[in-house]
Amino acid sequence: MLMLMKIKIAMLVGALAAPVLATVLAPPPQVDPEGISRLAPASFSYRAAGDFSRSGKPVEGPLRGLGSPTELLVMKRQVTVAEYDRCVEEGACPRVGSQSGRRDVPIVGVSWHDASTYAAWISLKTGVTHRLPTDEEWTFAAAEKARDEALPLVDPADPAQAWIARYETESNRSRPAETAPQPGGTFGTNSKGLDDLAGNIWEWTDTCFIRASLDGNREQVTNTNCGVRVVEGAHRAYMTDFIRDPKSGGCAAGVPPTNLGFRLIVERPGAAVADAFRKAVKLLRRA
Amino acid sequence: MLTRRTALMGAAIAALMMTAPVVAETADELKLPREKVTLVAPPAVHPHEQATKSGPKIIEFKLTIREKEVVIDSAGTKFWAMTYDGSMPGPMMVLHEGDYMELTLVNPETNSMPHNIDLHSATGGLGGGALTKVNPGEQVKLRWKATRPGVFVYHCAPEGMIPWHVVSGMHGTVMVLPRDGLKDGAGKSLHYDKIYYIGENDLYVPKDENGKYKTYETVGESYADTTEVMRKLIPTHVVFNGSVGSLTGKNAMTAKVGETVLIVHSQANRDTRPHLIGGHGDYVWETGKFNNPPEKDLETWFVRGGSAGAALYTFREPGIYAYVNHNLIEAVELGAAAHFKVEGKWNDDLMKQVTPPSPVPPDKVGTADPVAVTR
Repeated sequence: MLMLMKIKIAMLVGALAAPVLATVLAPPPQVDPEGISRLAPASFSYRAAGDFSRSGKPVEGPLRGLGSPTELLVMKRQVTVAEYDRCVEEGACPRVGSQSGRRDVPIVGVSWHDASTYAAWISLKTGVTHRLPTDEEWTFAAAEKARDEALPLVDPADPAQAWIARYETESNRSRPAETAPQPGGTFGTNSKGLDDLAGNIWEWTDTCFIRASLDGNREQVTNTNCGVRVVEGAHRAYMTDFIRDPKSGGCAAGVPPTNLGFRLIVERPGAAVADAFRKAVKLLRRA
Repeated sequence: MLTRRTALMGAAIAALMMTAPVVAETADELKLPREKVTLVAPPAVHPHEQATKSGPKIIEFKLTIREKEVVIDSAGTKFWAMTYDGSMPGPMMVLHEGDYMELTLVNPETNSMPHNIDLHSATGGLGGGALTKVNPGEQVKLRWKATRPGVFVYHCAPEGMIPWHVVSGMHGTVMVLPRDGLKDGAGKSLHYDKIYYIGENDLYVPKDENGKYKTYETVGESYADTTEVMRKLIPTHVVFNGSVGSLTGKNAMTAKVGETVLIVHSQANRDTRPHLIGGHGDYVWETGKFNNPPEKDLETWFVRGGSAGAALYTFREPGIYAYVNHNLIEAVELGAAAHFKVEGKWNDDLMKQVTPPSPVPPDKVGTADPVAVTR
């Protein structure tokens, strides 16, 4: 297990203050007929996902300036019921949940495994690699729709204060009134031309939950749990990979995501731009 | 409509016959001071004295019956509720032992069914049920004497449809306090800084052939399907105060470290087992009747269907507490969960995370098992 405890210096690229501006001022997005958006390189700020501590006390994950050196190809909309059903009909994807009957709305009630299975199937089908985004890629694509909910500093000696602060933040968060999946575009288009980010669907990412301790700029990952993945939407959440319906009866103190769905990153053969992006971002991430 | 009219006529005749003696006897002969109470919706309870030095009174309450469609979960499931004063459960009514309750029960013309009230705290007349049947457009006044202290359920009890009215929300709680207040088993006075009132409700919502919850134009139209679900005894929802999550988030109950809270929990139909996660019941009247000494230091208490229980607890540690029906399937999957947000200073003596989560140390070959050594 000690082998997992690689000590890594967290690399900070770019200033922490400006990157959101750079993102907003990026050139207008391009969308091809297949519904794939090409996102031009830009820098952005990213709050690391996971549980972080400093001197044994819980703290927010570090805020990092990241940069994408190349284009990122990402679906403009979430995968729809009609698209997912084709995979079901071919026997590759499991049939999930009870859908509303509409085929033009995003598929929901999918686990990380279902989403990954679909990505593998569509990759085989098209000969083009499709995959779930990393949390960093999702944050880059979501741009102003990605929310950083860092909490105010509280007395580290009192675990209840952070707990109550988080509870109040979650309780005060506004939620979309409509819980059923809506046709693409219902929740608006962001500055990168992508639809429905942070609407009533939370999207699976490929990023695993980590626990890490911070010491100055040094980050030590003490545990990586890929049975729990980061899901992104109106707020960030951590979800066990086989969960399809995130609702909870309220026993755990917190507000769960409304629906689980996904959109994919596309890696064009030959272009390899997305791959380069992923590698670049990986360089900047903890391993 | 034919069925409804027939039901109304039958009820009207019964009501005429039964209410006659009460109309003849007025409360004036009692010559007691009167007090009028304005009721508030749960989980709040109207202001009241815990112990009183004054003599018995006639306390006037008014409950208005409201049939209305409500939303019972975050998915927007609609449900035809029948309520006292518009809330599930109906408001708590507090008086002291020896007081008289004079209750006006109003059934507005906008309702579709006859209703009544059976108060478990009252003696005779089917708990008042026999004397309070009112058709839409009628009201009735009932007086009863509080002869024994405790928390008691009240509910609607119309002939032939009792369970349907009860599981549709027509239930509430009466609290009869001893005149000298609550006591522990040794005669020491107990008091509370705050009171919260939780009414648990098992709901039976019909589904269509696709598994979607059905909606109905009127409460009457939901009767046949709902009864069918009820007869299987498996609720689709088990909720506190009318809907899943009604006492969480912005509506979470609050307290401060050092504050003593009386939590009254009523369930008019089905057994439940309240539990405060991270806390206890310092003094618990599990059966809800204050002439019995309270049990101490409980982890979970059993509230029988058709009764109310009361638990007194002084919060000792800040944070978020979940208050649940500790059939955890009912709490987490069906909705029977509430939260307390407790402010104050953390006490490391009661709890401390000695070592935060960290990797399990590697096994060292040849190291003696520490347990084996100490033995």
